[in-house]
Amino acid sequence: MLVSLEIIHHLGYLEKEMVKSNTVIAATKEKEMVPCARDVLELESTFEKLEQELREINRNHAALRQNLIELMDIDSLLRMTEDFFEEPGNQRCSPNELFIAGVIKQERFPAFEKVLWRLFHGNFVLRHAEMQATEELQAVRGAVKKDVFIIFVQGDHVREKIRKVCEGFRASLYSCPKTLYEPKQMSTSVMTQMEDLRMILRRTEEYRAGVLTRAAEHVQEWGSKVKKMKAIYYTLNLCNIDITQKLIVAEIWCPVSDLTLVQSALIKGSEQSGSSVTPVLNRIQTQQTPPTFNRTNTFTEGFQAIIDAYGVGTYQEINPASYTIVTFPFLFAVMFGDCGHGLVMTLFAVWVTSQLTDVVIGGRYIILLMGMFSIYTGLIYNDCFSKSFNIFGSSWCVLSMFHPHGPWQNETLHEYHHLQLNPFVPGVYSGDPYVFGIDPVWNIASNKLSFLNSFKMKMSVILGVSHMLFGVALSLVNFVHFRKFQDIFLQFVPQLIFMLSLFGYLIFLILYKWCITLRSETAPSILLLFINMMLFDYQSEHVLLYRGQVVGSSLVLAGIVGGWSECKFTLSHLQNHDCALQQKWLPTAPGVSMGDIFVYQAIHTIEFCLGCISNTASYLRLWALSLAHAELSEVLWRMVLQVGLKISSGMGSLMLVVLFAAFAVLTVTVLLIMEGLSAFLHALRLHWVEFQNKFYEGSGYKFTPLSFDSLLKTQQ
Amino acid sequence: MPSLLFCGPKLAACGIVLSIWGVIMLSMLGIFFSAKSAVLIEDVPFTEEDIRDDKNPPQTIYGLYNQVGINCFIAAAIYVGVGALSLCQVRLNKRQEYMVT
Repeated sequence: MLVSLEIIHHLGYLEKEMVKSNTVIAATKEKEMVPCARDVLELESTFEKLEQELREINRNHAALRQNLIELMDIDSLLRMTEDFFEEPGNQRCSPNELFIAGVIKQERFPAFEKVLWRLFHGNFVLRHAEMQATEELQAVRGAVKKDVFIIFVQGDHVREKIRKVCEGFRASLYSCPKTLYEPKQMSTSVMTQMEDLRMILRRTEEYRAGVLTRAAEHVQEWGSKVKKMKAIYYTLNLCNIDITQKLIVAEIWCPVSDLTLVQSALIKGSEQSGSSVTPVLNRIQTQQTPPTFNRTNTFTEGFQAIIDAYGVGTYQEINPASYTIVTFPFLFAVMFGDCGHGLVMTLFAVWVTSQLTDVVIGGRYIILLMGMFSIYTGLIYNDCFSKSFNIFGSSWCVLSMFHPHGPWQNETLHEYHHLQLNPFVPGVYSGDPYVFGIDPVWNIASNKLSFLNSFKMKMSVILGVSHMLFGVALSLVNFVHFRKFQDIFLQFVPQLIFMLSLFGYLIFLILYKWCITLRSETAPSILLLFINMMLFDYQSEHVLLYRGQVVGSSLVLAGIVGGWSECKFTLSHLQNHDCALQQKWLPTAPGVSMGDIFVYQAIHTIEFCLGCISNTASYLRLWALSLAHAELSEVLWRMVLQVGLKISSGMGSLMLVVLFAAFAVLTVTVLLIMEGLSAFLHALRLHWVEFQNKFYEGSGYKFTPLSFDSLLKTQQ
Repeated sequence: MPSLLFCGPKLAACGIVLSIWGVIMLSMLGIFFSAKSAVLIEDVPFTEEDIRDDKNPPQTIYGLYNQVGINCFIAAAIYVGVGALSLCQVRLNKRQEYMVT
């Protein structure tokens, strides 16, 4: 649309002028109505008028300034000639002598002098003086230095030569008074002229500032109006014009539930613009895939955004965003797990959500949820700034290890540096585990890490397998919705059985081992159990976890399932192949044989099986990051805060003040921001790759209706 | 009288946040030290002699616990002062904003 381009051009010029003259542009806060066609013409005429006015003002200003410069030159010239004539010996000049006065740039003067010497062989007198650089001169002209010169020569014909030389050196010549009195007269007239010019210049500048200020009040409003108009015209250009050239036909995507809304908006629009034709809305069938539209509110917007960042869902596919609202903060919290840091994060998120309501930060609810879940996992790990809480009373009792209950004597304490609590000595372990979370005694145990590592690794595997099973279950929902019932039988069921038989069995082993009582010296390792199962290695000297443990059946089951899924893919491909041949859709190459399909499906099956194992191992990052976080937290406490606490003298409190400030700053930067970002990224990756590749296709495109809010936001 | 304002609005706000955190956390630490919590044993500056030469165990260790606890409370009190100072700075900054515009 040519109209809007001109307007945008004018608007840009206006804004540039305002910036040049440092006018303050007022910000508008009210929402203006969308302009109609009449406004376009009105705006256009306003802009044109303004621009013309401004251009004229600028032209006049430039011309006046040039005049002022010339007058200043004449002024200094006059002063110099006065000085020259007052020198003794220069009073008289014969009528043949003539002198020429002018102004030249200082750097060009030496060359000018040399040329004159060559021309006149010394038959001339040249006087020059530097022009006084007053402040005003510098403001008007710039920092160029200029010299004033006078040349005395004899003879008339040389006048033309000198004039040409001066032109070549771009010196400006001025007419000069011959007697003593004339300089004074000229000087006064020049002074008055300069005063007048200065006043005129000031007035011009004031007028210009006034025009710009008045325009500045509206420029932002105009700007947004122009942007809206441009967007409307662009969208209208996407429509077709009817054959009668009077109607616009548009094919749009629209959510089915919003059809009545669209209808009423069309009617309202036609009423407002006063047209006689009522708009017509029809539903039409199409072969194209519609865009994906998920309704969100301010709370779910952030979660939908992080799902869409990886891939917008295929049309009508199940949307994992609703489950992500819970699983994402939870997996983050498993890696972050510290209730002190979680509390700081939650308070920060609450402050952001309540204070900055006008600036919509999409992630504020995500951070709020992450913080709250972190407090929960922090209570489970019993970790607050690397210290544990003993709220319910520890289940371990050291006193019972001493005589007469247990083996320790007074001398035992002096001999050994590390002592081990034996839970089988009566009274040491109360028999009931700590009520909620990890027992606080582990915080002061030196083998804390061996216990926590084993616990966190097993927990990560359990969480990972559950997450993936949930993903597989969601694929069932997809199959039911798209009516691919054969896929349920041939893909969903084999996948499920494979995962359950292998990893489900692993989880069963883990949970069983946690629930029974074992002596730690003789406890069988689950890892070795699993490996031996795979290798069919059942030596009788190995301690069995439970009776009847030979579970070759489990492995056989897994093998059957593997073969089953291979058959499935083969069958489904054969089916497609037959269909294709019947309907002559696919021009299949004659070389496609049963062997090729078989190999392809074998590869696919192996990929799925190995993928399962690698994805499960990938969930071990939950353990790795939570270990890193706990260790960083402990290092920070020990290296920074403990130094202050251990000073027992009076200066201890002052050192504590300083060291606490350092501790707080380091906690926020390293543990909250850096570790938080890291855990966020890893939780995101777990969702995007390990969870979503079980069911999510993500090959759709987003539904993007014209929205003025997002338009103005992006262009600001 | 020269201006009492010596830090900008952001520094003063950081000061307030730091002081609130400092007051809460240091006073809680002080309470836990006075309650002789076992989890904080490594933060108490005791030596081998303290334990061996103790005439009336465990009073030496308890005494050290109390000392650290009092240190924490004093530090918390200093942070109350820092917080009050930052609050003054915030108020002065706000007042200056009104006067300039």
